[in-house]
Amino acid sequence: MDEIIGEFVVESMEGIDRLDQNLIVLETDPKNHGILDDIFRTLHSIKGACGFLDFATLEKVAHRGENLLSLLREDVLDVTPEITDALLATVDAIRAMLEVVGESGEEGSQDVSELLITLERIAAQGDPNAEPADPNAEAEMPQEDGDATNDAPADPDAAATEGDRVGDILTETGEADRVDVEIAAKEQELGDQRPIGEILVDEKKTTPAKVDEALTKQAETRSSAPVDSTIRVDVKLLDKLMNLVGELVLTRNQIVELADNHPEEHFTPTAHSLNLITSELQEGVMKTRMQPIGNLWAKLPRVVRDLSRQMDKKIEIEMDGADTELDKTIIEAIKDPLTHIVRNTVDHGIEPPADRLATGKPEAGVLRLKASHEGGLVTIEISDDGAGIDAARLKAKALKNGQISEEVAAKMSETEALYLIFMPGFSTAEKVSAVSGRGVGMDVVKTNIERIGGTVEVRTEMTVGTTFKIKIPLTLAIIPALTIRCAGSRFAIPQVNLLELVRTSAPRSEALEDFHGTPVFRLRGRLLPIVDLREQIGKPCRENERSVNIVVLQADDVHFGLVVDEILDTQEIVVKPLCAQVSSVPHYSGSTTMGDGRVALILDVMNLAGEAGLGLASKNYDVAGVSEGTEPEDLDDGTILLLDLGGEKRAALPLRTVARLEKFSAQDIETAKEQPVVQYRGSIMPLIDLAAMLGLGSHDMQYGERPLSVAVYNHEGNEVGLVVDAILDIVDNDGQIDTGSASVIRGKVTEVINPEAFGHIYNHRIEEIQAVDAGASW
Amino acid sequence: MVITIPSSRKLCTFRVGDLYLGVDVLDVQEVLYHQEITEVPGSHETVSGLINLRGQVAAALDLRVRFQLPVRAEGVQPVHVVVRSNGEAVSLLVDEIIDVTDVQVEDFEEAPDTVPAATRELIKGAYKLKDQLLFTLDIDRTVQLDPFFNPEDHS
Repeated sequence: MDEIIGEFVVESMEGIDRLDQNLIVLETDPKNHGILDDIFRTLHSIKGACGFLDFATLEKVAHRGENLLSLLREDVLDVTPEITDALLATVDAIRAMLEVVGESGEEGSQDVSELLITLERIAAQGDPNAEPADPNAEAEMPQEDGDATNDAPADPDAAATEGDRVGDILTETGEADRVDVEIAAKEQELGDQRPIGEILVDEKKTTPAKVDEALTKQAETRSSAPVDSTIRVDVKLLDKLMNLVGELVLTRNQIVELADNHPEEHFTPTAHSLNLITSELQEGVMKTRMQPIGNLWAKLPRVVRDLSRQMDKKIEIEMDGADTELDKTIIEAIKDPLTHIVRNTVDHGIEPPADRLATGKPEAGVLRLKASHEGGLVTIEISDDGAGIDAARLKAKALKNGQISEEVAAKMSETEALYLIFMPGFSTAEKVSAVSGRGVGMDVVKTNIERIGGTVEVRTEMTVGTTFKIKIPLTLAIIPALTIRCAGSRFAIPQVNLLELVRTSAPRSEALEDFHGTPVFRLRGRLLPIVDLREQIGKPCRENERSVNIVVLQADDVHFGLVVDEILDTQEIVVKPLCAQVSSVPHYSGSTTMGDGRVALILDVMNLAGEAGLGLASKNYDVAGVSEGTEPEDLDDGTILLLDLGGEKRAALPLRTVARLEKFSAQDIETAKEQPVVQYRGSIMPLIDLAAMLGLGSHDMQYGERPLSVAVYNHEGNEVGLVVDAILDIVDNDGQIDTGSASVIRGKVTEVINPEAFGHIYNHRIEEIQAVDAGASW
Repeated sequence: MVITIPSSRKLCTFRVGDLYLGVDVLDVQEVLYHQEITEVPGSHETVSGLINLRGQVAAALDLRVRFQLPVRAEGVQPVHVVVRSNGEAVSLLVDEIIDVTDVQVEDFEEAPDTVPAATRELIKGAYKLKDQLLFTLDIDRTVQLDPFFNPEDHS
């Protein structure tokens, strides 16, 4: 019995999902009898099954919904938003009850009396003679209120279902009178063996040609019903098949390798066909797990309709690429993020009709969903033609909420400000509504998408609209990965996290520098924090190697370098979950089996960054802060950069004024108006000797043997290179160090530079240089 | 329906250090020798590593470590007794497989108090055989490891 109930729930749920979609279509196309019949049939079969399984309440709800539908079918009532609402409410109630049935096998005790009254009331509008509904009487006598239109069909021919009997078709097409058809049906009931068409012809009520036509039509209707060419398969079984195929692929690889090594052997052709068959099998099994994204989108029109009605907006939904296929697990994972973005678009994106008309847009907004394959990834775009996102307003709001500092806000570009919407707790809604405004959501959307190896981008143009672009992998089961070796073990790193591979020419002690207690590597002028995998997995670090292998990784917004012993290969791996006994170890996200049959662990890059203390705060060490996509909090924390000016003299600068740390060799340095300059990022940057400026000695910039250490100082938007002997460290200024005076830092007297005072000193020089810059051409 | 209570059981028996242990043969998926083990740095001390069971990845747990016995001598290959617990395959590393032994249900007794706590925790009880005691392993407990285990505390 449990099995029957389970099957009933699954099948009914599918039907219910289709009802949702069909009702929305019906609302826009109320005369579509095909859809109406489909809705009717679905509800009818649910009702029938409920009667069989003895779910009285469920049956009653389905029955009432069916009553209302039959009035629509007979054109007694026209489809109105009220009716659609009532029918959708019916669908919701049935779904809720089915869920209870699915969980407990029992019907549960939901209160549906209100819904029943509504349905009865609306149905009564179509039948002025009907008595007003009495919910109490209803509750006592659930079975007795059926009327002739939808009680079990009188036709004894069991194969014929409602709506496609020959008599019905003849009536519908106007070829026969309903009364005549009913008389003929009665005759059949009384024992007449002739088919209904024959009776009608014999009685001269219609012609044989018309009956033939009706029969053809009947055959068409029946054959268009879904053919039973699919079966239900447990997803677990598919997962197992997927796993086995993965293994088969590995075994195949070994065989092929063996065959290659023994070309004279007879099994080479066999190995070749094994190769082909395995590839096809793998593809086939992958396909069984694929589902069109349309399955997921199908739920959205309902969401949009309900929300837009609630908010008095008019929104059309367009879909493009609904047949784009994705792995089932991915579909599940993006369901909530997608729905959230769509809700947000309806709520914030698209303006009320009046506003739209005022700006010369059509009254109804358009929400466009687009999916496509793009280089092994699936791109999903959700765009609207709404008001766009006001970056300035986002900035102001974030500032007001104290989520960013004024300094940061001033530096933030529009694109960067746009990404504030993904900040936890961020909301621009003035008041919290049922729809949105609680400030939970977009950050969760971003986290959820990133969890499955995807990214989300946002583009907007004021008054034109906003587009969210989600990129996700096709499948989670097989991913491209880089394999590396460290301390004798092999590990796999998902390719999505991989940025580049670096092999230093210098040994560790020279290649890596210590920056505030963290090892760092200078990668094209940026300081890349370094995590040693050996250290993370509790093995002693290698100090004496001649070079260092660094895998540059990205986790969330953090870039970091992972030091490994050896970089092996990139390959497709089959991801397997970690066994329960090792799942508590944070460094690994899964395991896989390699070509030689051994197990390798998949590194959890996000977690490695976290374990190494590279939280969100450190970002990518681009000292100026706001590089693309990063959230600029924590930058103005009063830390200062400690500089060595040579000859035991030291100076310190507030870190926020320093854009980058660079090294220039003597050849890079040119002279303009007796001012040493370098070509830097497409413009001319003046170099100023900090020691000389502070009257603490000077550097010979032109003829130095070793490269000059330069702190790129940002003064009111202009970059100036401050030449120092060495960059020492970053020091926390916990309020004890005053800028603009000498202080003792780390046991040494240090000139702490006050940026404003400093600015005055060299302002005139900046002006000179700018004059040079304007006149320069190359 | 008549329920018959079987009076005898078949146990797969093996030795771990000086412990004579058994598990129901129906719980044993297979017995394997010489498996390539992939070490899992940072995991519980009991986890020797991961093995590949025809595409399924399973953890190999060293019962010597689990029972806090002295470590196996260098170069001695353990035997994998692959059991199922909560639907997952787990390999138990033992010193040697002894036999499949028939035991009588009436010979079963709870573990006596004299059994060390570390052992008693992981066994269901003992069968009094003619010349020795056969402890039955509590598989579910044995494969459940402390998730807060920190390898650094034990090095």
